[in-house]
Amino acid sequence: MMEFLARLFGRVETETSRECARNRLRLVLVQDRATLSPHVMEQLKSELIEVISRYLDIDEGDMRVELDTSDASVALVASIPVKEIKRESAGAF
Amino acid sequence: MMSGTAIVVTSGKGGVGKTTAAANIGAGLAMSGPTVALVDADIGLRNLDLVLGLENRIVYDLVDVVEGACDVQKALVRHKHIDNLSLLPAAQSRDKTAVTPDQMKALTMTLRESFDFVILDCPAGIEQGFKNAISGADKAIVVTTPEMSAVRDADRIIGMLESEQIRDPWLIVNRIRPDMVKRHDMMNVDDLLDFLKVELLGVVPDDESIIVSTNRGVPAVMEEKSRAGRAFRDIAARILGNDVPIAAMLEPDDWLARFAKWLGISRG
Repeated sequence: MMEFLARLFGRVETETSRECARNRLRLVLVQDRATLSPHVMEQLKSELIEVISRYLDIDEGDMRVELDTSDASVALVASIPVKEIKRESAGAF
Repeated sequence: MMSGTAIVVTSGKGGVGKTTAAANIGAGLAMSGPTVALVDADIGLRNLDLVLGLENRIVYDLVDVVEGACDVQKALVRHKHIDNLSLLPAAQSRDKTAVTPDQMKALTMTLRESFDFVILDCPAGIEQGFKNAISGADKAIVVTTPEMSAVRDADRIIGMLESEQIRDPWLIVNRIRPDMVKRHDMMNVDDLLDFLKVELLGVVPDDESIIVSTNRGVPAVMEEKSRAGRAFRDIAARILGNDVPIAAMLEPDDWLARFAKWLGISRG
């Protein structure tokens, strides 16, 4: 009864189908757009290798870099096996 | 001589009114003076001829031209009422692999030499037919409707156009229903622009007259009273560089609106 009255007076904010479409589409487009062209992905990888190699000795062969889109957000997930930490990079002053 | 402009009409999703849009844009442009060649790039699924009422006049088609079986001028079908509008029909008994992107590019270049506008009707999908159709285009028009699936596909197509160096496409929002937008049961044009972030070329209301015009083979732009026809005339005018406001198409056209208009009451 209260719900009926509330609705009658426009108090209950039910999601309109337009809002529903907008919200669903927003999530879908985040996922759809979360791709990098193979060329750009390769470039990103090689630049990552370049920077990281200054500090760490890494295993380029087993390196994985990908975009993860499990939620409404996109994350760049990189798994880069380290073979050795370079002596000059180690924690001692 | 200055070369004409090639514009591809595309959408990704099928059934959003791509062919109708191409026919009406072509006819609308031609009615304002420029010479226009409409190219049906949907090989195997020929349809543009029907919308234009030219299905009985086809002798040669696009594949014949590409394969060198006939000259392009010979394959072009002139419109019955609009002298400066010609159609290059798609082949019906072949498929998309009959033509390569390079061949389409060369064909588009040839047509641009003798026409002010070359309008290419792109097939649905993102495969070879799409790649063929866009290969010779300077500019793209993306047609969508205010439905999720159409918007999603349009987004994809805009991305693909960009990676093929066809930047800043124009958007046409087709089949908008102002009554549904008003009661928040349909996404509005701004919602779509928010997602797609492209320039709006025009808004076409959902209009029964489109079905009637297609039945008769007379593009809606030629029907003075058709609302969709008017929207396409406006779109043609904008392509020609005229500043035509879009707002009128977004008002409901129900009996109440018409009655109010008759009384001289604007609901703006």
